[in-house]
Amino acid sequence: MKGFWVVYRKELYRLFASPIFYVVAFIFLSLVGYFFYSSVAYYSLLSFQAGTNPFLSQQLNLTDMVLEPFFASISIILLLMVPLITMRLFAEEKKTGTAELLFTYPISDRGAVLGKFGAGVSLLLLLLLGTSPAMLLLEILTDPPWATIVGGYLGLLLMSSAFVSLGLFASSLTENQIIAAVTAFGALLLLWIIGWSESLVGPVLGSFLKYLSLFTHYDNFAKGILDSRDVLFYFLFILLFLFTTLRILESRRWRG
Amino acid sequence: MIEVENLTKFYGPVPALRHVSFTVDQGETVGFLGPNGAGKTTTLRILTCFMSPTSGVARVAGLDCQQNSLEVRAKIGYLPENVPLYLDMTTRRFLEFAATAKGVVRSHVREEIDRVMEICAITSVASRIIGHLSKGYRQRIGIAQALLNDPPILILDEPTIGLDPTQIVEIRALIKELGTERTIILSSHILPEVSQLCQRILIINNGQIIATDTPANLTTQLQRNLQVYLEVDGPRSEIMARIRELPGVLAVKPANGDSTYLIESKRGQDLRPELARTVVEHSWQLRELKLQDLSLEDIFMQLVTDEEPGEEQE
Repeated sequence: MKGFWVVYRKELYRLFASPIFYVVAFIFLSLVGYFFYSSVAYYSLLSFQAGTNPFLSQQLNLTDMVLEPFFASISIILLLMVPLITMRLFAEEKKTGTAELLFTYPISDRGAVLGKFGAGVSLLLLLLLGTSPAMLLLEILTDPPWATIVGGYLGLLLMSSAFVSLGLFASSLTENQIIAAVTAFGALLLLWIIGWSESLVGPVLGSFLKYLSLFTHYDNFAKGILDSRDVLFYFLFILLFLFTTLRILESRRWRG
Repeated sequence: MIEVENLTKFYGPVPALRHVSFTVDQGETVGFLGPNGAGKTTTLRILTCFMSPTSGVARVAGLDCQQNSLEVRAKIGYLPENVPLYLDMTTRRFLEFAATAKGVVRSHVREEIDRVMEICAITSVASRIIGHLSKGYRQRIGIAQALLNDPPILILDEPTIGLDPTQIVEIRALIKELGTERTIILSSHILPEVSQLCQRILIINNGQIIATDTPANLTTQLQRNLQVYLEVDGPRSEIMARIRELPGVLAVKPANGDSTYLIESKRGQDLRPELARTVVEHSWQLRELKLQDLSLEDIFMQLVTDEEPGEEQE
């Protein structure tokens, strides 16, 4: 663990010193704002209609109409953006040669990996916090189910941390940032749609593939259900990729 | 201080180092000399724990580079080839990172940074972004980060490459000064640099150490023949024929100019009086006559070219 804080602070500094973070944050928040606005606007439109239609009014609720699509849209935007944030973490160090500095300082590899992972997660935490005004707005307008909201955010944080761990792994494989981003993005996309193939491959394999999907495990969070199996899944996923990243880094010593 | 035994490193099927062994004593300044691709950087990377050898052992201050990697790294200040730095950080911010990474106590970080910035004369660029600085400054920042936490061993990979002549002189002076109390290993393919700075030279070629000694000893040991440089006006073929007849002359060949010649003889046999007499006897015009010292450069070339055929036979 030696070196965690040093690397963590350096990575955060570099993320904030470069324009990448600000561009990503601006676009992310604009998109999320748009999605939030449109689902709230649609919800209020339907609510007006429900005034004359008692059957419809029973069907309407904030969780299904606003919160779920809101969280779903955030998760898709993150799927697109996290690879762009993580692509430089190791690839750039290798390309510019600074890896030689970093790994000849008395810092453990584990500290370096966790430091970089921590910095990525902190950045995402910040992005997610940036979307919280939307929830405050809901509090002013109506009486939102806070348990669902907290669950949704917790799930988002876990899921995006899983994205970061995979992105970090992809970045450790190559010294080319584009390759790192494409690899991470492709893998994330595959892990998203892999759950859809249930009807094609039969129930046994299908449910297994569905279990692998990063998004299946998010559904419960978005509904406000906190299932320890989902939490465990994300933790194991993160651990797996952090561990693999560590092994990849260690391989540089004997591969040459 | 540094012991290397039987170090071998393969990159895939290609050997970069073959059974390299050497030792460096405390306080010594040792130069690694060799053409590009000879294995200098590989050796230094193994010593700094960036890579592992395929086989063999490298020990720094009695600690194995593989087993006690972190302890070894804490004792070494390393300037990698081409000086990689975080170009988007300011000098001070980068040195802060390096100092903390090297384990300088939080309360001393500022003091330590000021100290190395003063040694390397980079205080004036403390708040500039490294990417905007010239190569000379970057090189000095690289040396400054190596000096942080006052490591007893400095490993500098081509410390003066890509600098202008004044900067080279400055950096050399700096290294010389640092070398008074530290163990320094530096690599270079510039010979005068190594002979100026180092007490001992390791010549490495094709992944093997082919000579190791002080610069002065290398010169005398390897200087097999004496060369005399002669510039004389007259009929070329006749001059060469007459000189060849002189006793002790091993070879005569034309040198760079029109009427210039290089005459080789055995060591310890000075041909100059004999040559002068011959020239005067034939009433040619003598312009210049001098003993040519074999430079370190020639020795290096001789070693590198001599060894090559032998290696292919292996």
